[in-house]
Amino acid sequence: MSGGADAYETTIGLEIHVEMATNSKMFCGCPVAFGGEPNTRTCPVCLGLPGSLPVPNEKAVESTIKIGLALDCRIAERSLFHRKNYFYPDMPKNYQISQYDIPLCLQGAVDISGDFGSTRVGITRVHLEEDTGKSVHVGGSGRIGDSEYSLEDFNRAGTPLVEIVTEPDIHSADEAREFVSELRALLENLGVSDVRMEEGSLRVDANVSVRRIGEKEFGAKVEVKNMNSIRSVGRALEYEEKRQREALDAGQTLVQETRHFDEKAGTTSSGRLKEGSSDYRYFPEPDLVPFTPGDEWVETIRATLPETPAERRERFAAHYGLGEYDIGVLTSSKATADWFEAAAEVYTGEAKKVVNWITADLFGLLNEAGQELHETKIRPQQLARLVGLVDEGTISGKQAKLVLEEMFTSGEDADEVASKKGLSQVSDENLLAAAVDEVIAENADAADKVRGGQLNTIGFLVGQVMKKTRGQANPQIVNDLLRSKLSS
Amino acid sequence: MSVDLTWSSAVALADALAAGDATSVDMTQACIDRADAVDDRLHAYLHRTNERALEQARAADDRRKNGNLLSRFDGVPIAYKDIFATKDVPTTCASRILEGWIPPYDATVVARGHAAGLPMLGKLNLDEFAMGSSTENSGFGTSHNPWDLERVPGGSSGGSTALVAAGGVPWAWGTETGGSVRQPASLCGLVGVKPTYGLVSRYGLVAFASSLDQAGPITRTVSDAAALLGIAAGHDPMDATSYPRAAPDYLDGIDSGIEGMRIGIVKEFAGEGSQPGVRAGIEDAYRVLEKLGAELEEVSLPSFEYGISAYYLIAPAEASSNLARFDGVRYGYRTAEAKDVVEMMSKTRDEGFGDEVKRRIMLGTYALSAGYYDAYYGKAQKIRTLIIQDLAKAYESVDLIVCPTTPSTAFKIGEKSADPLAMYLSDIFTVPVNLAGNAAISVPCGVSADDGLPVGLQIIAKSLDEATMFKAAFAFEQSLGWAGTDASRPPLDGAA
Repeated sequence: MSGGADAYETTIGLEIHVEMATNSKMFCGCPVAFGGEPNTRTCPVCLGLPGSLPVPNEKAVESTIKIGLALDCRIAERSLFHRKNYFYPDMPKNYQISQYDIPLCLQGAVDISGDFGSTRVGITRVHLEEDTGKSVHVGGSGRIGDSEYSLEDFNRAGTPLVEIVTEPDIHSADEAREFVSELRALLENLGVSDVRMEEGSLRVDANVSVRRIGEKEFGAKVEVKNMNSIRSVGRALEYEEKRQREALDAGQTLVQETRHFDEKAGTTSSGRLKEGSSDYRYFPEPDLVPFTPGDEWVETIRATLPETPAERRERFAAHYGLGEYDIGVLTSSKATADWFEAAAEVYTGEAKKVVNWITADLFGLLNEAGQELHETKIRPQQLARLVGLVDEGTISGKQAKLVLEEMFTSGEDADEVASKKGLSQVSDENLLAAAVDEVIAENADAADKVRGGQLNTIGFLVGQVMKKTRGQANPQIVNDLLRSKLSS
Repeated sequence: MSVDLTWSSAVALADALAAGDATSVDMTQACIDRADAVDDRLHAYLHRTNERALEQARAADDRRKNGNLLSRFDGVPIAYKDIFATKDVPTTCASRILEGWIPPYDATVVARGHAAGLPMLGKLNLDEFAMGSSTENSGFGTSHNPWDLERVPGGSSGGSTALVAAGGVPWAWGTETGGSVRQPASLCGLVGVKPTYGLVSRYGLVAFASSLDQAGPITRTVSDAAALLGIAAGHDPMDATSYPRAAPDYLDGIDSGIEGMRIGIVKEFAGEGSQPGVRAGIEDAYRVLEKLGAELEEVSLPSFEYGISAYYLIAPAEASSNLARFDGVRYGYRTAEAKDVVEMMSKTRDEGFGDEVKRRIMLGTYALSAGYYDAYYGKAQKIRTLIIQDLAKAYESVDLIVCPTTPSTAFKIGEKSADPLAMYLSDIFTVPVNLAGNAAISVPCGVSADDGLPVGLQIIAKSLDEATMFKAAFAFEQSLGWAGTDASRPPLDGAA
């Protein structure tokens, strides 16, 4: 029997680790920050030195509850930490303080626009744990087994880490990408994390399996790791889906394993085989006491939750009258949406015009310069003013693009750039009348044609006036003037 | 007025300092001299910090001159079991695997000792990682009991009790997980306290079993124990399981007597199991309590007999995780040669840990493994709950509970080292208290008629009721009139 795309169904569940952007680490007072001179942000506690003890960071618990509430989870009445025991050189205590059977947040959901309209992805659990240090394996293949030696940096060790586990409700690489993108926007919006995938503050692992439609059992579960951007989530899962389908087509049996995504090659390759589940010997962390968040605290936290991306999208539609596409682009990141709103707030015309300037022109310039929105010298209010100048007819749309380019490099105001460039559009009829008269005199034939009713010739005359005024004339005014002077 | 710098209690030494009868340097030097004279026989110390102690003593004397004392005990020297992290001073837990480790920080107990102005004389021997009842499991040699050098001082805090009993230091800090302060205190004729779990910060105390570990004073008098506990007890923000308030002054009202106090005698511990001399000593002690006006009645603690079984699942389980960090990666011992990181870790642990530690790591690993957790660790936790319930029930009718601290006096070196189970049973009367978390004290009740070796009476209080416990212990000690007399000093000098 031949396969073909339609004969299979893909099932994906995601495990997402998010580093909390708290001031201090999960169980000690060391600062949380990316990078830095190795082993400079450490203390006896996050180094796991003999005798040291963990003291939980309340802010991290609060952030986790925030995430839980934003994901529509139930917050546990009583929760506790467990120890997850395994040996690895970047884990200072050779156990990780994590959560096991009673995570802080349970049973939530996120709505995404899926392959067949809006789809709901269940959230199994959200729990809090500590991050490990970072290993650099030198020599060999770059993995620990055959390296000559390894370097360990414990700056990251003990950073509060939230793990979000989804139900296997995702059915394509596109949906997975959409989910991660939605989740990232949501987390960014909550202000709990930097959500920078390239720096590892948001890490995505995926469990992917493929089965023939109609089969009851799931296919062998393959864990895909090392996806360092939303784009690579899509690429890796697309590849993996295809690989598994082709293997099934070829009559092969898939095995449960961990595979690493190779960014350059765009492929996944087998890591170690997973022989059953490892025995982490979980037991309740005796250095910590169970905690009860309590309704009062949870409700206090709920009251501080910002507008969710979904709520914001609805508001963009209702308040600014924007279409789905524009809203999608603007709300892909909180920074962009915030930027747009700051501009729209001071702009008096239709918000749609500001959107066009942002998404078409400004994004184009950013792209060319390889910059992010938050890096640009242009402030939202300056862009709003630029669009205003066009509306007022002070400059033309074409001129405005030149002004924007200049603003982009210098950071100057629109008015300033326009006047410096002598770009201000001439709309004064008295000033333009002389030029119009000259053009009529110089182009008598064309003028006669217009007088004779061939109105399409008027464009030619407008062009001549523009030429004469080096583009500064307001073409609408010129048009009106020509019509009135040549009407019989 | 001259003061005996070797045998005076810490309270008496503090009084001598206040009266100007001695300096901190005098008493610190006296401790150094005494240890020089006896420690080659006792092997109590693992590491001595004489110069540093004298420096601290000089600073204490200066403070006294200038009238800016850190505490009433500013200048009274002390030593610590080598399981407390001490900044810039080697800390080994008597394990080869920690050889060469110099902590960058002080344990809270040590920091509070420094803050009170106690010069630190050094670090004392123990069973490796506090796992044992004799110090025979030390990676650096056994300590000897000053009452009989062929016998163990008890353990795991045996180095501490040997030194305090021999007059080498007025007081010391030990630690308990299953009786490691009370048992060696009993075997060396000393006072040993297991405070309520959480009363003394565990920060910097190298963990054996986190839910059981608790630091405790080892002293020659009850007042000294109350005073030393007061110096370190109370909330520490570095320990999430720490008691949330400041500790009271336990010396306050310690002499108010026990008239009318109701004291329970454990029915299950009355009969077999204890040496005749121990039993006789304890029964004499009960009569002293009655004479003091206490009302004695029998209480039943049926779950106590499962204490040892539960303990030897919970403690090793936690230990197997706590001791995972000793892997040769960042500090301490590392094997000379290994083909990869896994072999490096395995060989380091194989070569660095002693047999008893390995035995407990294996026991604990097994008890926590998937499929066995409920049967072992889970069930042991249920016994723990039963013990807590039995105690709570007993305390409905009594204020304190008394029983022997240990079933026997000090045993011979080598006598039980080949039989781990026999060794484990020497903690049979102390272990349930650690499981319950309550406070308890061992007070000397003289020596056994069988062998002339010290016997200890254990007084078990409710959680956080150290005050009542100290009152009873103090009244008993005063009435017995043994502490501070020549009879309470081991015959070490005669035997020399």
